[in-house]
Amino acid sequence: MPHLATYVGLADHSEQTLADSLRAVADGHAHLADVFHTCSQLAGWSDDHRERLAPVVRRYGEEDVAEPERLRADALEYPREGEVGLLRDLQDLHLLATLVHTTWTVIAQGAQGLRDEELLEIARHCDAETSRQISWFETRLKVAAPQALIVTP
Amino acid sequence: MADRTVHVWGARTPTARGSAWPERVDVHLDGVREDEVDRWVGAACVLCSNGCGCEIAVKDGRMVGVRGRAADRVNRGRLGPKGLYGSTPWASSPDRLTTPLVREDGRLVETDWDTAMGRIVERSRALLDEKGPLSHGFYTSGQLFLEEYYTLAVIGKAGLGTPHMDGNTRLCTATAGASLKESFGADGQPASYDDIEQCDALFLFGHNMPETQTVLWARILDRIEGSEPPRVVCVDPRRTEVAVAAGRTGGVHLAPRVGTNLALMNALTRELLAHEWLDADWVEAHTVGLEELRATVEPYTPEEAARTCGVDADDVRRAARIFGESGAVLSTVLQGFYQSHQATAAACGVNNLHLLRGMLGRPGCGVLQMNGQPTAQNTRETGADGDLTGFRNWENAAHVEELARLWNVDPMTIPHWAPPTHAMQIFGYAETGSIGLLWISATNPAVSMPESPRIRRILGGDQCFVVVQDLFLTETAALADVVLPAAGWGEKTGTFTNADRTVHLAEKAVDPPGEARSDLDIFLTYADAMGLTDRDGSPLVGWRTPEEAYDAWVEASRGRPCDYSGITYDLLRERGAVQWPLGTTRLYADAEFPTSTDYCEDYGHDLATGATTTEQQHRATAAAGRAFLKAAAYSPPHEEPSEDYPLIFTTGRVVHQFHTRTKTGRSRRLHHAAPDPWVELSEADARALGIADGQRVRVESPRGSLEAPARIGPVTEGAVFAPFHYAGAGQANELTMTVWDPVSKQPTFKTAACRVVPLEGD
Ligand code: SF4
Repeated sequence: MPHLATYVGLADHSEQTLADSLRAVADGHAHLADVFHTCSQLAGWSDDHRERLAPVVRRYGEEDVAEPERLRADALEYPREGEVGLLRDLQDLHLLATLVHTTWTVIAQGAQGLRDEELLEIARHCDAETSRQISWFETRLKVAAPQALIVTP
Repeated sequence: MADRTVHVWGARTPTARGSAWPERVDVHLDGVREDEVDRWVGAACVLCSNGCGCEIAVKDGRMVGVRGRAADRVNRGRLGPKGLYGSTPWASSPDRLTTPLVREDGRLVETDWDTAMGRIVERSRALLDEKGPLSHGFYTSGQLFLEEYYTLAVIGKAGLGTPHMDGNTRLCTATAGASLKESFGADGQPASYDDIEQCDALFLFGHNMPETQTVLWARILDRIEGSEPPRVVCVDPRRTEVAVAAGRTGGVHLAPRVGTNLALMNALTRELLAHEWLDADWVEAHTVGLEELRATVEPYTPEEAARTCGVDADDVRRAARIFGESGAVLSTVLQGFYQSHQATAAACGVNNLHLLRGMLGRPGCGVLQMNGQPTAQNTRETGADGDLTGFRNWENAAHVEELARLWNVDPMTIPHWAPPTHAMQIFGYAETGSIGLLWISATNPAVSMPESPRIRRILGGDQCFVVVQDLFLTETAALADVVLPAAGWGEKTGTFTNADRTVHLAEKAVDPPGEARSDLDIFLTYADAMGLTDRDGSPLVGWRTPEEAYDAWVEASRGRPCDYSGITYDLLRERGAVQWPLGTTRLYADAEFPTSTDYCEDYGHDLATGATTTEQQHRATAAAGRAFLKAAAYSPPHEEPSEDYPLIFTTGRVVHQFHTRTKTGRSRRLHHAAPDPWVELSEADARALGIADGQRVRVESPRGSLEAPARIGPVTEGAVFAPFHYAGAGQANELTMTVWDPVSKQPTFKTAACRVVPLEGD
């Protein structure tokens, strides 16, 4: 099952990327208390997903074949400044989380085919939390957008 | 009469279970005898959320005292020390504002109304032309009248079209509203004060009622002294009078570590489920979410709660058993929960306990998600805060359409494209100048907001034009660009609603001093001067008097959960106190909740992150009249004690003062009863730090410090308590931090890490 292993590796990697990016955004916008605290909290969720996945990674191995490499996104290392910068950063987080989300969807399908209940349970649990991360990005985008676009100097 | 600053709750009138609370009329007059009073004018007290019915004594055109109204359902004649001694002296205080002030060369100078309003209008127009309505912010209070809030809401939402409106109710009761919306689909207190005489168990969650609502506590003390007293369960980190009552009645005092309320609520819920103390048929028929709730609370055994919260596991079991086995439970919730970490989730936890046992809408059974301020309920109802007028849902196009029709404006004017801006965010925008005009009415954020040095910087800076209307030149007004003198209670007419949906009419007793005007008149003057009109070019705000404003509000509330139909000024004059909706003692007696997607006030949130639930997700729950059992996992507070700051700082209220003491600080008696700030330490911590009772100390957090004498008191070990009422060197909010609950956006005053340094030479 080399391809499942590839996707398990991709899940691990993309969760890591998301966690790193969330922490970068938290620090970059630390003066916005809710952004700081929520992003830090959501980064913790991604860390937790990787921990849950760790035994599976050991079981299937973390195959690193060339093809899905193109799916890998880079972490957001340098958060942008200001209210418009926050909008862009949230959009980037949204993109990264969407990659995580679709990765879990793929893994859940594979786990069902294999009747690997342990993996299925992990994929479902993590994907549900990924959706909650995405919902928060959307909510926060909606809050920030009007003021950032219309009034901000 | 006895000095009620000493005998705070007055003499007992024991009340047996199921019988009516006896009358007892409390009176206080300043230097006149009762037979010398010229007139008594109907009103209700506005010094806390209880709403005690009273009459104002008038002598020679001055307010000289108050008397409780025996027939009033709320207080049956009683008044507490704040109401008795604090209601009228402020009005004749020599430092009242009597003329408008404007800033000239950095100083505030006296001027006339035309000049002051002219400056506001000039700035307002310029900003609207240049940047549009998002350049305007309004920050109001929990102390104006319904008519004033409604007028402000119409001006802001339909006239200007700004989403930046909030009240200081954000600081005191936003979580009450939020938790009611999450659980039941709309705001509105389910229970009635009459449930106090009917219940056999009383749970007070983070609610130091003996200090905050003294007359309500007197009512409970009377039950405790009567036959068949209820058992009292107290959840509070301090050993309050409620905790003492818990001991006396065979109840339990649970003292969770500051910031761990949710873990405790999850444990109590788990106990109910584990012992099947639930009304399974009722839950099945009238709620959704039981399985998720079960899964969420599963890890929270009593032992786990003991570890996380520092409580005794057996106490958790006993408290849960009292909830599980009593026949009628009444719960109240206040700041100890609302101003804490994970506030909305913890408050929803209380709603969940009642839902699991089907204990709502019946005599003795219910929840009071209490309000702190007297008229906070009306800020939420009218939409002078972030809510949409009449408990409408800003995400529901049909609701917005309805208001647009009522106000005869384009629906696009009414800001509904994003969640309304909460107070902390409004000040954030004012900080960067993105909000260029901030209008503050009847509140003192320079003292009451967290991180007050930052707030003072924002108000004092040039990036934002600040208008303040108030009774006095408060710390906030002193920083404003224009100050408008306002009339206070007794100097104007209006209605307000207390924490059990009781509406009172407070009539004008005397004229305001100098050129002071009612807040309603001030808002109307602005609307006129700005020429705000509806779609047909008629004045947007068509009313002139309080009664006309009230009638307009009744129209806006019609068909919504907070329906005021049938409650008129005449009826209020005749009956004194009337609950909304007319003839409804308790909400949800039919177990029909306002949760259908088309009717609800809110689609709900993820309690852990604050992400909004979408309309489709809400529809998918198919709640349709069933309540939501919502829960979240506990997470540790944002700022935990560290080596540098080993203690937890927590703030609260004291019995003789209210808010930032604008009124209570001007009553000689109340002032002397609690003149100065202090900080309270546990005996163990004081000993470890070598601090003696009465010694001056400095409390430091990463943000600021305060200095005050130490009192060794009943606060739990590891915590430091300070009252938040005082400005100056003892100002508690110097230390607190800008963090808020993800759902209610209520700031977390209750937790910040700190250290205490003894000072010498005192
Ligand atoms: S309990 Fe509240 S409303 Fe009643 S008299 Fe005291 S301060 Fe006023």
